[in-house]
Amino acid sequence: MNAPINIAGLLEKTKDVFNFHGGVHPPENKAQSNQSPIGQLPLPNQLTLPLRQHVGNIPNITVAVGDHVLKGQLIAEAEGTVSAAIHAPTSGTIAAIADAVLPHPSGLSDRCITITPDGNGTWTKRHPQDWRQGDVKTLVDSLRLSGIVGLGGAAFPTQIKLRSARSPIHTLVINAAECEPYITCDDILMRERYAQVVHGIEVAQRLLDAGSVVIGIEDNKPEAIKAMQAAVDGTDIQVKVVPTIYPSGDARRLVYLVLGKEVPHNKRAAEFGIQVFNVATALALYRYFEFGEPAISRIVSMTGNVNQAQNFEVLFGTPLMHLVKAAGGAKADTSHYIMGGPMMGFNLPSEDVPITKAANCIIAASPTLFEPPPPAMPCIRCARCADACPVRLQPQELYWFAKSDNFEKAQDYNLFDCIECGACSYVCPSNIPLVQYYRYAKSEVIALDKAQEAADLARERNEFRLARIEREKQERAAKHAARAQGAKAAKTADKSLATTDKQAAIAAAIARAKAQKDVVSTAPKNTTGVSAATKAEIAETDARRTAAGLTESKATDGDKQAKIAAAIARAKEAKVAALDAKNNKAN
Amino acid sequence: MNRSPYITNAPTVSSIMFKVLLALLPGIIVYAWLYGGGILITLALATITALTTEALVLKLRKRPVQPFLSDYSAVITAWLLALAIPPLAPWWLVVVGVAFAIIIAKQLYGGLGYNPFNPAMIGYAVLLISFPVIMTKWPAALSFAETKLSFMDQFNYIFNHALPASISMDAVTSATPLDYLKTQLKLNQSMDAIQAAPIFGVLGGKGSEAIALAYLAGGLFLWQQRIITLHLPAAFLGSIAAMAGIFWLIDPLQFANPGFHLLSGASMLAAFFILTDPISGPTTLKGKLYFAAGAGIITYLIRVYGGYPDGVAFAVIFMNICVPLIDMYTQPRVFGHEK
Repeated sequence: MNAPINIAGLLEKTKDVFNFHGGVHPPENKAQSNQSPIGQLPLPNQLTLPLRQHVGNIPNITVAVGDHVLKGQLIAEAEGTVSAAIHAPTSGTIAAIADAVLPHPSGLSDRCITITPDGNGTWTKRHPQDWRQGDVKTLVDSLRLSGIVGLGGAAFPTQIKLRSARSPIHTLVINAAECEPYITCDDILMRERYAQVVHGIEVAQRLLDAGSVVIGIEDNKPEAIKAMQAAVDGTDIQVKVVPTIYPSGDARRLVYLVLGKEVPHNKRAAEFGIQVFNVATALALYRYFEFGEPAISRIVSMTGNVNQAQNFEVLFGTPLMHLVKAAGGAKADTSHYIMGGPMMGFNLPSEDVPITKAANCIIAASPTLFEPPPPAMPCIRCARCADACPVRLQPQELYWFAKSDNFEKAQDYNLFDCIECGACSYVCPSNIPLVQYYRYAKSEVIALDKAQEAADLARERNEFRLARIEREKQERAAKHAARAQGAKAAKTADKSLATTDKQAAIAAAIARAKAQKDVVSTAPKNTTGVSAATKAEIAETDARRTAAGLTESKATDGDKQAKIAAAIARAKEAKVAALDAKNNKAN
Repeated sequence: MNRSPYITNAPTVSSIMFKVLLALLPGIIVYAWLYGGGILITLALATITALTTEALVLKLRKRPVQPFLSDYSAVITAWLLALAIPPLAPWWLVVVGVAFAIIIAKQLYGGLGYNPFNPAMIGYAVLLISFPVIMTKWPAALSFAETKLSFMDQFNYIFNHALPASISMDAVTSATPLDYLKTQLKLNQSMDAIQAAPIFGVLGGKGSEAIALAYLAGGLFLWQQRIITLHLPAAFLGSIAAMAGIFWLIDPLQFANPGFHLLSGASMLAAFFILTDPISGPTTLKGKLYFAAGAGIITYLIRVYGGYPDGVAFAVIFMNICVPLIDMYTQPRVFGHEK
C-alpha cells in the first residue's frame, strides 16, 4: 500500500481536482487492517448504550429496567430538533439504566442503557419504505426514528442534514477520502458493499434533490475506487480520485478538492448549496429505508498494536475489550487505546467503554507505536506549520497569542477557522503541542463569551429588578394618592348632600366674589411696571370713577365696592406718603 | 503522547541548525585555504565563547542548559560573526563580539526563539561602531599576497598582536574591495582604473569571490535539504542586482556592476545564512520577499552612499525591526475568507 507513487499515474488519476494549500502525508498504515474482509463479532454478554452518542439533545428513555426488548426496538427517542434515537442492537433484557464511563476524552460518566442479550436476535417489526417513489417529506421525517448520525466521526444527526434546507442543494459530495492513517472502515465498506453504498447515495440524492453527486476517494484506495467506479456505472454519480494528502477528508477541503469551491468560513456547505455525507452514512440510509433497519451497528477498524488488525461490523454498545479480543487480542506492551486516527483521535479514558456511533477506528497504542515526543523547545518561527496548514492560517502567530492569553488577537487571526487537524504539530521541529494551545484558546474564548453572556444577563436582570421596584413604588404612591383623593371626594359629597342650603349660600357667596373679581380684572393690566405713587393715583382715580358710577360694576354692590376702593386708595396714599417721607429723610 | 496528533514527522531544531553549520563548511574551507588557518582559530574562539556565555546565562536564568546548548543555535551565531569579521582580528575582539551577541542580543531577550534581532549582526554592528579601524582592515588573501603568514604567525598575531620582525602590518593588510572602491571613487578615480587594482578578481574581490561562491553552494544545499526556501536569497540578491544594475546602467564609470555587488562583502553569506534566520525574520512568504528586498536595497545604499564599506549588518537589523509590521500586513488569505 505504501508503494512509491506513480507520478504520471497520479497526474492521470487526479486531474480535475483542486489541491488545497498545505496538508501532510503521514505514513498511511492502512495495510494492517484492510487485507481481510469485514469480520463479524460473537454477541457480547452485555451492550452498554450511552444516551450521549451524537451531537445534540440527549434522547428520552422509553424503556424501564427489566423490560424485554427486540432487536431494532426504540429504547430512547429523539428529544427536540437536533437529537438522535437509540435502538436495541439485539433482543434482550434492559439490565440497567445507570451512569457509566463514556468513550470521550473527558472521561466523564453519563447515563447509559445496558442490555443483556438473550442470544436470539429477534427483530422487532421493521417498516421498509419506498425511497424511490415515496413522499420526500414523509421519508425525511421518518428518519427521526432511525437513529442515524454522521458516521465519519462527527455524529451529527443525519435527519437535520436532509431536511429541506433554506437554500436548495445542487451538489451532494460523498466523503470517502478517509485521509487519517490507520483507518480503513470506509475503504473496506466500499470494496465489499459498493452496491448498497451506491443505493444509499441515491437515497441521499433523492431526498436532497441534488443535481449532481461526486464521490471523493483518496488515491491510496485503488480497490475501493475500482469497485465504486464499476458500481456507479449507469448512474449520474461521479467518482473523483483525490490525492492522498491529509486532511483531504475534512468536509471543506474535500469540497474544494472535488469542486474547486471554497465554502465561505462563516457559512455551512449546505447554505452554499453543497451537502456532504460520509459514505457509511449513505449506506445506513439505504438500510433504513430498504429494510427498515435503524442504526444499530457500524464498521470499526480495530488496528494498531493488536495481533490481527481487521475491520469488524460492531453492534453499538459492544464493550471495547470484546472487539480487541476479536482482533487477536492486544500485544503485551499495549499502553492504552485511541479512538479515531492518530492525527485527530483521543485517548480512551478506560478499557471499559462501549463502541458508539462515532467510533470509526480503535487503535491499540504502545510506546513503540507512538513514541513519546521529546520535550518542547521554543518556537523558532520556521513557519513549517504555516506551510502545512490546510486553512492557510498562521499557526505560529496563533500559538504566540494563545500562549500569552491574547485571545482577541487570536480571533483576529481566525482562531475559530482552525479545524484542529494537527498538521501543524505534525511538522513542528520544536515539538510544540500546537493543537492543544488552540483548543485551550478556543475553550477560553467560549468560556469568556459564556461568562460575558451570563454577566449581561445578570446585569439585565438587575436592571429589570430595579426598574420593577421603582415602578411598584410609583404605583403604590399613585394608589395611595388615588385613595386619599377618593376619600376626600366622598367626604365632600356627603357634606353637600347634608347641607344643600348652606351650599347654596356658599355658591351665592362665590358668585359674589367672582363678580368682585371681575371688577378687579377690568382694571388696567399694565400697572405692574409703574411706581407706587402712580399706582396710588390710578387707584384714586378708579375709586373716584367708581364712586361716580362710571365703571361697569354692578349697581347692587356699587357702594360697597366704592368704599373698599376708597379704603385701598387711602391706605396706598398713606403708604406712599410714608415712603416719600422715608426717602426724603434718606436724601 | 496523550493528545493527538500522536505522530510527528519533523526534523529537530538541533538537526536543522546542524545542517546550517554543515552548509557553512564549504565557505570555511575556501576561506582557510585563501587566508590561512587563522580563521579556524577565530571560529574555535567564537564557538567556545558562545557556548560558555550561553551556558552561563542559562544557568543564571535557571533554564535547562543541556537542551539549549545542543541546539547549535549559539554556534551558528558564533560562526556567522567569526566569518564576518576580519580573519586576523585580535582574540578579544572575537570574545567581545560573540559575548555581546549571545548575552545581550539573544539571552536577555529570552534566548532561543525570542530575539527580535539577528544576534550575529548585533555583535557585528557593535564591533564595527566600537572598533572601526580593526573591523575594516582585512589581510590580502594569502594565496595572492607577496608576504605570507604561517599558521603560527597568525596564531601569534591573534593572541599577542605580534608579527614576525621581518613583516610589517601594512604589508599584510589592505582595504577590502568595497572599501577601496568607495575611497577611490571619492578621489575621482575611474571605475576601470580602480578595478584594475590587484585586490580585484574576476567579478568581486580577488579570493573573496571564491568564498562567496562557496557560500552559495552551501546555501543551495540548505535549499535542497528544505531547511530554507529560495524566497529570501532570491529577493535579497535580486534587489541588490536590480539596484546595482540600474545605477550601473546610468553611469558605469561611477557605479560598480551587479556582479561585483553580488560577490563582494557579505552578500552571499547574508542571502543564505543571515537573512534566513527564521527567528528574527518574517514568516509569511510575501513578507519574506519584502524583508529581503528591503535588506538588499538598504545594503546597496549603505555601500554606495553610507559611511561604512558594507551595509549588510545595518540593513538586516533595520529590517528586523520591521518584521512584526511586515508579518501583520502580509497575512495570506485564509481558506474561505474574502481577500
